[in-house]
Amino acid sequence: MNILYILWLRQIKKYFRSKARIIGSLGQPLLFLVALGFGLGPVYQKAGGGNYLEFLVPGIVAMSIIFTAIFSGIEIIWDKQFGFLKETLVAPVSRLKIMFGRTLGGATVATLQGLIVMGLSFFLGFKLVNWWSFPLALLFMVLIALLFTALGTALASVLNDMQGFQLIINFLIMPLFFLSGALFPLANLPTAISIATRIDPLTYGVDGLRGALINGAHIGMGLDLLILSLVTLLFIGVGSYLFTRIEI
Amino acid sequence: MIEAINLTKKFSTRGGSVFGGKDFVAVDNVSFSVKKGEIFAFLGPNGAGKSTTIKMLTTLLKPTAGEIVINGVDPTKEQDKARKSFGIVFQDPSLDDDLTAWENMEFHGVLYGIPKKERRKKIEELLNFVELWDRKNSLVKEFSGGMKRRLEIARGLMHEPEVIFLDEPTIGLDPQTRNSMWNYLLNLNKEKQITIFFTTHYMEEAEKMAQRIAIIDHGKIIAGGTAEELKQQTKKTSLEEAFLELTGKVIREEEVGSTEIMRQHRRMWRR
Repeated sequence: MNILYILWLRQIKKYFRSKARIIGSLGQPLLFLVALGFGLGPVYQKAGGGNYLEFLVPGIVAMSIIFTAIFSGIEIIWDKQFGFLKETLVAPVSRLKIMFGRTLGGATVATLQGLIVMGLSFFLGFKLVNWWSFPLALLFMVLIALLFTALGTALASVLNDMQGFQLIINFLIMPLFFLSGALFPLANLPTAISIATRIDPLTYGVDGLRGALINGAHIGMGLDLLILSLVTLLFIGVGSYLFTRIEI
Repeated sequence: MIEAINLTKKFSTRGGSVFGGKDFVAVDNVSFSVKKGEIFAFLGPNGAGKSTTIKMLTTLLKPTAGEIVINGVDPTKEQDKARKSFGIVFQDPSLDDDLTAWENMEFHGVLYGIPKKERRKKIEELLNFVELWDRKNSLVKEFSGGMKRRLEIARGLMHEPEVIFLDEPTIGLDPQTRNSMWNYLLNLNKEKQITIFFTTHYMEEAEKMAQRIAIIDHGKIIAGGTAEELKQQTKKTSLEEAFLELTGKVIREEEVGSTEIMRQHRRMWRR
C-alpha cells in the first residue's frame, strides 16, 4: 500500500511541478474547442444537430485524457534507460506493484488534465445537464485514463527506442481519437466507418461521457460502462504481463 | 560474497536461432568470485560483456545458464532477498530529475521497506556523508554531474547493502569529483567492510583502487589477479599496457544500438 502510494505520489508531484507542460498540453484541446466548436457550430445547428460546442466538449475532454494517458505510459521507453524505472526494477518490489503504482499515477494525472479542459469549457459556454450525473462522468474519465495508460505501458514495454513513437501517434492515437465519435455523431454513418467506431474502445468512453455530461449517449451508458470496463481490465492485464517481462 | 559459476547469457537476434537468426553470446561461461570486503574491478573493452554481467548479478537479466550467489542468495530464485543485499549505481543516471534530493532518497527508502523513523535518520546521515544535506530540497535537475553521482551513491547505500555495484561510476566526472567519490567509497569499504564491484575504462583508477581485477573480452574472462600480477604476466609496466596487450589494440566497432542513439539524444536535449 505504502509502495503504491509513493509511486502514485511521485507522478502527482511531477505533474504539478511541470507547469509549462500543463499549460502547453491545454493548447491543443482549447484550439479544437474554439476552432471546431465555433467554426462548425452554425452548420451543425442548421443540420438540426443542436449546439455543437456542447456536443464536442465530452469528445475533447476524452481527447486530452487519452493523449496525457498514453504519453505517461510511453515515458517508460525513456525511463528504461535514463530514469527512475531502473531504480525501481532493482528494488525488492514486485513488478506488478510498480506497474499498478505507475498506472494509477498516470491515470490520475490524465483525469486531472481532462477536468481542467472541462473547467475551461465552461468559460466557452458549456453547461452540464445536471450536477448529480457528474460522478458518473468522472467514472468514465477515470476508466478512459486507466485504459490508455495501460495501453501506453504495454506499448512502451515492447519498444526499445523512440523511433516507433511517430508511428504510434499517427497510426494508433490519431485513428483512435478520430474514429471515436469525439467529433461527429455516431448516427447514420457509412457502414465501414460505423464498424470502425464500434471497434474503437474510446467510442464507448466518449459516448458514456456524453451521456453523463449532456444526456446525449447514442449507444447507451450501461453498455458503454460494461464494454469500457472490460476493455480496461483486459488492457491492464496485457500491460502488466508485458511490463513484468521487460528486460533492460 | 559474489560467486559466478559458468555464467552465460545468449541474446537471440531477430526471430531467434529457430528462424535462421543467430544467437549472440554476450557472456560466455564466465566464472569468478569476489571476497567479502574486497574491491574488485571488472575491466573490458566496449561490448565485452561487462554491463550484461552486472545486469545478471543485479536481477535485471536472467542468465541463460550458470549460477550466481550473492551474499549466500541465488538472485534468480530469491530475487527480493538478493536485491536487499546489494546497492547499485548505474552507468546512466537513474535519479528522478523532477524530485528533490531528499525525495529521491525517501522514495528509495520506502521501496526498500525501511521504517519511517530509521529512514529519516539514514537520509540525514547519508546526505551529510556525501555533503548534499544543504541541498536536500533542491531539485535534482539543478545538480551537476558530480553531485548526481554522489546522490546516487548515497541512495545506493541507504538500505545498508553488503555489496555495491558501480557501472562506470566516474565516467564524465572531473578529477576532483572522481577523487572525492573514491574517498567516500574507500572510507566505506574500510569502515563497514562493504564489498565494491566496479567497472571502468580508466586503467589508473582500476590499478589504484582495486585489490583484484578481472579482464573480460568477447564475453570470456581472459585474465585475472592483482594489478601487479597482470603486469608481470604480460611483462608490462602499467596496467594500461597490460590491458592493451591482453585485449589487443583493435578499436571495437560496436554496432550502434538503440541505447546509444537515446544517449545521443539525451546529450542534445539535456545539456
